[in-house]
Amino acid sequence: MKSLIIAEQTGGQLSPMTGNLVAAASKIGGEIDLLLVGACGVAAAAESARAFPGVTRVLTSESAEYAGFTAENVAPLVVRLAGNGYTHVLAIASAAGKNLLPRVAALLDVGMVSEIVEVVDANTFVRPIYAGSLLAKVRCAERVRVLSVRATAFPAVAAGGSAAPIEVVAPSGERGKSKVIGQQLAQSTRPELTSARIIVSGGRGLGSAENFAGTIEPLADTLKAAVGASRAAVDSGYVSNELQVGQTGKIVAPELYVAVGISGAIQHLAGMKDSKVIVAINKDEEAPIFQIADYGLVGDLFQLVPELSRAIASA
Amino acid sequence: MKVLVPVKRVADYNIKVRPKSDGSGVELANVKMSMNPFDEIAVEEAVRLKEAGVATEVVAVSCGSAVCQETLRTALAMGADRAILVETDVELQSLAVAKLVKVVAEKEGAQLVICGKQAIDDDANQTAQMLAALLDWGQATYASKVVVADGSIEVTREVDGGLETVRLALPAVVSADLRLNEPRYATLPNIMKAKKKPLDTLKASELGVDVSPRVQTLSVYTPPERKGGIKVGSVAELVQKLKDEARVL
Repeated sequence: MKSLIIAEQTGGQLSPMTGNLVAAASKIGGEIDLLLVGACGVAAAAESARAFPGVTRVLTSESAEYAGFTAENVAPLVVRLAGNGYTHVLAIASAAGKNLLPRVAALLDVGMVSEIVEVVDANTFVRPIYAGSLLAKVRCAERVRVLSVRATAFPAVAAGGSAAPIEVVAPSGERGKSKVIGQQLAQSTRPELTSARIIVSGGRGLGSAENFAGTIEPLADTLKAAVGASRAAVDSGYVSNELQVGQTGKIVAPELYVAVGISGAIQHLAGMKDSKVIVAINKDEEAPIFQIADYGLVGDLFQLVPELSRAIASA
Repeated sequence: MKVLVPVKRVADYNIKVRPKSDGSGVELANVKMSMNPFDEIAVEEAVRLKEAGVATEVVAVSCGSAVCQETLRTALAMGADRAILVETDVELQSLAVAKLVKVVAEKEGAQLVICGKQAIDDDANQTAQMLAALLDWGQATYASKVVVADGSIEVTREVDGGLETVRLALPAVVSADLRLNEPRYATLPNIMKAKKKPLDTLKASELGVDVSPRVQTLSVYTPPERKGGIKVGSVAELVQKLKDEARVL
């Protein structure tokens, strides 16, 4: 067994989900080679990546064509490397991973298994279907098993105490198919949503962008939490899309998830129901969110949330 | 510019699906079926491109059994000009669909394929990327805005940190995310008109591609239910529970 795992890095900073990716590959067993590509910062990220226990080798390829991590340019490199006897190719089911892996699988002419949440054995995996309302146990015995990994299902391996060798691999060249020409990335001092210990999420019940900022953010500040939102809040323009938690947004599983003014549509629950502790604050006591919340508080969120901020701050 | 839109027939998004009693799959007998919602967004975008004079023709394609004609009629009622059914009774997975649609895209000389980003049944999120790979075209997944220019296309994509804009050479594959547009409802007159629009059938077995399933479903089951907890009476009680019982503060 030999896995190639594709980690992500931005400007030398390794993705916080790399530990989850290593954890999933470790369940498969055998050697794990970690691939890092990019237009810059790859060497710095490799220094962090080599420290993960279980990683056999770190492979790096730094070249201009990997700016923007476009699937058109990265997939040929992965396909070439996959020919070196890898039985499994894995990446986190992030936007970048989901964009890349099916292109890799098709070029390898193999079927792919998306968003695995459990490794049963080297050929058998569990994955959610129908927005997580069902689980499917599937068998994939392709010569290369291409798998995207739901990060929250695999508790992260901590980096440290290891120093895998780093090997530079030749880049695969510019394919000339696509080019990233602009980015509007949110600047935030808050923890990253998918790796935060605590998340405060707001929904349609907030009523406006001003209310969302004025109510959710102070509580998030007090709890040093990440901010999330329901699809309804994003569609209503209260916050931007990268904060959306749910089936089509981010899948999260923090220690504490505080849902404020969120009714609990199935597609939202699909993104957060694996949180350890769920608190729901909603004026409608029949809201479906209360069926899965550990602690429910019925009432006017505009009174209760500031009161909660004060109570936690003074506790 | 000819635009091709693959559409999939799936269990309606309002249906709560269950495993079959023997756990071998999903129970779809007597379940209401509809067009995959992300594919509706894809059809809408293609029709808008035609209305804007950018696209010359919108062709909907579906792969599966004869009942997929219903889904194609919906696409025609939304404004697609023609439809193609690639007929087979084999259970099709993403790679097989990508191979079949590739043949159709080449036959039709399509310049742009707009897919839904994923189907809401198997949630695979694979077909658009696989199709782009097989055609050796550029891909712009999770699109929230599409602007076609001369020989190229600019697509704003929803990515983890926010938004990203990519420029692709045409021909290309785009996959539609939720916020690309709000699909129109098919009106009764358009549903009637759709019945007269051309719908051709191709036999998948005659297209010369391997459509055999690559991933085998061993069992389908319901995840463990998360039990509801308690309602607390006050903020003070909530804080106390979070500290002493849940120990998360």
